Amino acid sequence: MSNLTRGTARDSLSVAITVGAYGVAFGAASVAAGFSVVQSCLFSLLTFTGASQFAAIGVVASGGAVASAIAAATMLGTRNALYGIQMAPLLQVKGVRRVLAAHVTIDESTGVALSQAPRGVAAMREGFWITGTGVFLFWNIFTLLGALGAKALGNPASWGLDAAVPAAFLGLLWPRLETNFLRGVAVTSMVFAMLVTPWLPAGLPIIATTAVAMMLGWRAR
Amino acid sequence: MSPTAMWIVLGATSVLCFSIKLLGHLVPEPWLANARLQRINALIPISLLSALVIAQGVVVKTHVVIDHRLAGLGVALAALFAKAPFPVVVVAAAATSALVYHLH
Repeated sequence: MSNLTRGTARDSLSVAITVGAYGVAFGAASVAAGFSVVQSCLFSLLTFTGASQFAAIGVVASGGAVASAIAAATMLGTRNALYGIQMAPLLQVKGVRRVLAAHVTIDESTGVALSQAPRGVAAMREGFWITGTGVFLFWNIFTLLGALGAKALGNPASWGLDAAVPAAFLGLLWPRLETNFLRGVAVTSMVFAMLVTPWLPAGLPIIATTAVAMMLGWRAR
Repeated sequence: MSPTAMWIVLGATSVLCFSIKLLGHLVPEPWLANARLQRINALIPISLLSALVIAQGVVVKTHVVIDHRLAGLGVALAALFAKAPFPVVVVAAAATSALVYHLH
């Protein structure tokens, strides 16, 4: 392995382990929301896109409808399509490998791939695959651990699990708030969600806040 | 929510999220290159995650309720300002919330 690819592998694995460890929070939150350990693991194996998974179980936990949970998770997953558009010409894969590439097309695999650009196309591909499969591996292991842990703990409020979930959402939101405009979008969305809460069925205020994104994103800034 | 409904959430979320990922690998680039679509798409995660913080942090069913969770959320916010790593943020929030829950 050359020095160049060793650097890529190190970057990829450090991201994979760090991000994969968040799986503990998902596994625990999922069980606290009422899903079984098996269902929680299936979420991480099959849905495999963290924010969407948290959204689905979050809506269920707040008493929302099936459609609201699915819609919130799906809308959070749309950015992965944009990542796929960027990754497809780089990876140049067909058939089963394309399906595998699609499944591991997430924030982290795309991010590491793009960050390897100075090291060349081969390093970008390597970064994508090592990060994607690495996050998949660790995310699933830690989901299982979190789910088993939460099951052993019992009452979610007693261990603060009911606050861990919104804290996790805040932690996922935080790194995205890079500009004052984006911070404004977040604050507006929070105020909007609180204002519509008494007027809409549970879960629906979450979907309704996409109206804030549409209004504020309609015109170029 | 009934057990069947929870399986539907799991199944549909998985199928749709995978389909979206695959779509990105299959569609020709110009299809999703529309500038407005990209701007809105970049803001949707921010709006949804913000709403989820509210729904999970200060809402019970259809009411805004201030309870032990808000204490946890406040500590999470402080930890994020202090540039704490994600696991620390989550654990600090959980510990604070649990403490307030038991003291109350």
